[in-house]
Amino acid sequence: MSLLSLKQMKTDIGQYHVLHDVTLELPEGGVFVLLGRNGAGKTTTLRSIMGLWQPSPGSVTFRGQDIAGMHTSDIARLGIAYVPENMGIFGGLTVEENLVLATKAGKFDQTRLNRIYELFPAMEKFWTKQAWSLSGGQKQMLAVSRAIIEPRDLILIDEPTKGLAPSIIHAMGEAFREISVDTTILLVEQNFNFAKSLGRDMAVIDDGRVVHAGTMTDFIANQELQDSLLGLSA
Amino acid sequence: MNTAVTHPANKGDLIVKAIVLVIAAALLFAPFLFQDVRSVEVAARICIFVVLVASYDLLIGYTGIVSFAHTMFFGFGAYGVAILLKQMGPGWGPVVLGTLAGVTVSIIVATLIGLLSLRVKAIFFAMITLAAASVVLVLASQLSGFTGGEDGITYRVPDLFKPATKLMVDEDGKVLRILGVKMNGKLAAYYFVFLTCFILFLFLLRVVASPLGTVLEAIRENEGRAEGIGYRVVAYRTFVFCLAATMASIAGSVYAVWLKYTGPDTALSFAIMIDILLMVVIGGMGTMWGAVIGATLMVLAQYYLRDLMAVASEATSAIPLLPDLLAPDRWLFWLGIIFILLVYFFPAGLAGTIMKKESH
Amino acid sequence: MTNISDLVTRAGGVFLLPVAVAIVAFFLIGVPSSWLTLTIAGLAMGMMIFLMASGLSLVFGLMDVLNFGHSAFVSFGAFVAASVLAWLSGWLGSPSVILNSLALILAIAAAVVFGLGAGWFFERVIVKPVYHDHLRQILITMGALIVAEQMILAIWGGAPVSVPRPHFLEGSIIIGDASVEIYRIFAFCLGAAVYVALHVLLNRTRIGLLIRAGVENREMVEALGFRIDRLFIGVFMLGSGLAAMGGAMWAGYETLITPALGAEMMIIVFIVVIIGGLGSIQGTLLGAIMVGLFANYVGFLAPKMALASNMILMMVILLWRPSGLAPAVK
Repeated sequence: MSLLSLKQMKTDIGQYHVLHDVTLELPEGGVFVLLGRNGAGKTTTLRSIMGLWQPSPGSVTFRGQDIAGMHTSDIARLGIAYVPENMGIFGGLTVEENLVLATKAGKFDQTRLNRIYELFPAMEKFWTKQAWSLSGGQKQMLAVSRAIIEPRDLILIDEPTKGLAPSIIHAMGEAFREISVDTTILLVEQNFNFAKSLGRDMAVIDDGRVVHAGTMTDFIANQELQDSLLGLSA
Repeated sequence: MNTAVTHPANKGDLIVKAIVLVIAAALLFAPFLFQDVRSVEVAARICIFVVLVASYDLLIGYTGIVSFAHTMFFGFGAYGVAILLKQMGPGWGPVVLGTLAGVTVSIIVATLIGLLSLRVKAIFFAMITLAAASVVLVLASQLSGFTGGEDGITYRVPDLFKPATKLMVDEDGKVLRILGVKMNGKLAAYYFVFLTCFILFLFLLRVVASPLGTVLEAIRENEGRAEGIGYRVVAYRTFVFCLAATMASIAGSVYAVWLKYTGPDTALSFAIMIDILLMVVIGGMGTMWGAVIGATLMVLAQYYLRDLMAVASEATSAIPLLPDLLAPDRWLFWLGIIFILLVYFFPAGLAGTIMKKESH
Repeated sequence: MTNISDLVTRAGGVFLLPVAVAIVAFFLIGVPSSWLTLTIAGLAMGMMIFLMASGLSLVFGLMDVLNFGHSAFVSFGAFVAASVLAWLSGWLGSPSVILNSLALILAIAAAVVFGLGAGWFFERVIVKPVYHDHLRQILITMGALIVAEQMILAIWGGAPVSVPRPHFLEGSIIIGDASVEIYRIFAFCLGAAVYVALHVLLNRTRIGLLIRAGVENREMVEALGFRIDRLFIGVFMLGSGLAAMGGAMWAGYETLITPALGAEMMIIVFIVVIIGGLGSIQGTLLGAIMVGLFANYVGFLAPKMALASNMILMMVILLWRPSGLAPAVK
């Protein structure tokens, strides 16, 4: 059984039809990469799964439970975390406060915290800093740390490499590989070079529809398909 | 929210326009149809408020900005004419100069407020206009040497509008009566009010039908999407704010001529602002026709509903609290409740709801 | 030049403004005793306004809801407290400080409880149906304000109501040459205590953490698994209760209140939150103190300018910082 399955998901924002037909099967484990041009509907897909936009007909099933129409907070409590494109950091809070907020009990589980320090040693260094004062890469690390401070089944991550330095992108990739051992990641990415090293399965979305789905290996091998689906962004 | 775009031929549209036509005809012939002083007073007030509400609708309905300073501009116009008529004596010169002075002050203040607060958040605008309006209200009552303070100013108007002026005389040299109506200065004053308001209303109708109207609606529809407002948008909004302020100011000048008195209660008080809000919501935001219907209903209610409430208050005198709430002075209580219910259930107002319903 | 600005920032930045205003006023007024009286009056007034404004600011910050009916809580608080005090006038007149305080505490508590209840009703019935729709929000809360004011008129009548003060808060103490009303000191202390309590709530508790995070980014707090709307109703009630408390304090300060009180305070409260910046209680406190000091200094130096001065202060600050002095981080 797949972890998350989207069937003919449609989403309207105001009077605009943004998603027409998004059908996806997300297997458990590993990194699933969602590719597509700007404005193709990738972010809207993530937000619709999270309940931040309400998908009208179609269904969103997580571990066999229909979650379409559920409140965002309830969806989160089922074990889905969301790292939005703007990272959603609370700038007025310290790094510690950002993280403690994301824990269920209001206090840290030391083993999980240690794991975060291993993945991102910078977090320990900036522990008491106000989050707005962090650099873009540090903020992204904080956003990802916040998503894994509690055990999660699925993490939705929206364009984590945007505007980051190559060395940080590399560290981020390492962290995702590490995280995806026990947690499924749905990664929206425009940076194909970054995505292809991570993804096991992938799909391409265009104009609000899934136009291709398959394994990353097949997609990398098929240069023609890449050119036609990703155009110059590849 | 109601969009002003409706197809011209549908039935609801026709009903609304027919109602407006009936109101317009009633106003046109008001002195002949209702031959008592109070009715003509009511008719003149309706004319003035149609312009006030229509110009306010240009802001709230067409552009989606909420201002609480509309009475302030109304007051500028009224006080401009009142002060000059008081200082210079009756004549057309002070009326014209006063109107121009009112318009000038209104445009300057509107530009200042617009550039200052339309720049930031739309929500600030409502608060800032409210603050500005109350400061002007306090100033008007403090600068009593100039404005007459709380008592206001009483003055004489151009000779043409004096009740003793004979527009037409019969063979005995007495005022001629047509259909029982005296052809005197009071009649001239009423038609002065009616015609000016009619022209101003036609002008507003023209504005919303022009390309400017389309631009404004586009801005209103997009507001939720664009957080950062560009300078072009600010310029458009400031322009519309000035335009609406000018209309309100002229309406104020006309009202000052009609009333021969200007004071905080008739030209500046917050109660007038609440009246305008109620009228625009009852009539329907985003339609000029709604302004006519809303203003007419509200003014009629103001004059006649109170009488009814006095009766109701008497009748319920045995029950606690209810007679207090039914006292004629408490009529705003009921209007407030009606207002809230309207915004919940009929945000399109009467005109908008009729137009929508019949178009299906 | 940069050194000076660094120094200013480190010493408290915009929070030094009231101090600067006080220093300038000291030289303009020239008489230390008058200056001291005015400064304490300004601080007391500022603290009472802070009570009234803090809820409005937090409610807007957390849910983007601008409640034009907020001042209704202030008026109701004032009138409820006045009624309780009048009812307990026997206790107030007694020389026993305990009975005095008890009456005062009961009056303020009644106002706050009323504010909490009215806040709950207001949020559920008036505000909830129009979340995310600013235009209708402004209209509906304005309509609710009209209804509330009319209810006050119907219940308490239009005539001014006199508010008895507890015996032990009457009179003044003399500091040097300056005489300072005891009630003002009490108002200042109560306001300061509430500020400290709010500060602790926001910075030392989990609920406070959620509120601060929610003010910044509501969606993200929900995506972390929390219901903002449930938090919001609590904040709304708290804000209404504080506004009612501010109204009760104000009633004792003015000793004669009319139903126009709410409308008058609404303007000042708006000016305060605009100056301070919406969504942060530090900003609201700063704005309230500025307005309180300004009103008292200008009222002394140029009485006719008193209200206009607040307006001018607001305009100048908006030109300088369009989002207010210390808004919440967004």
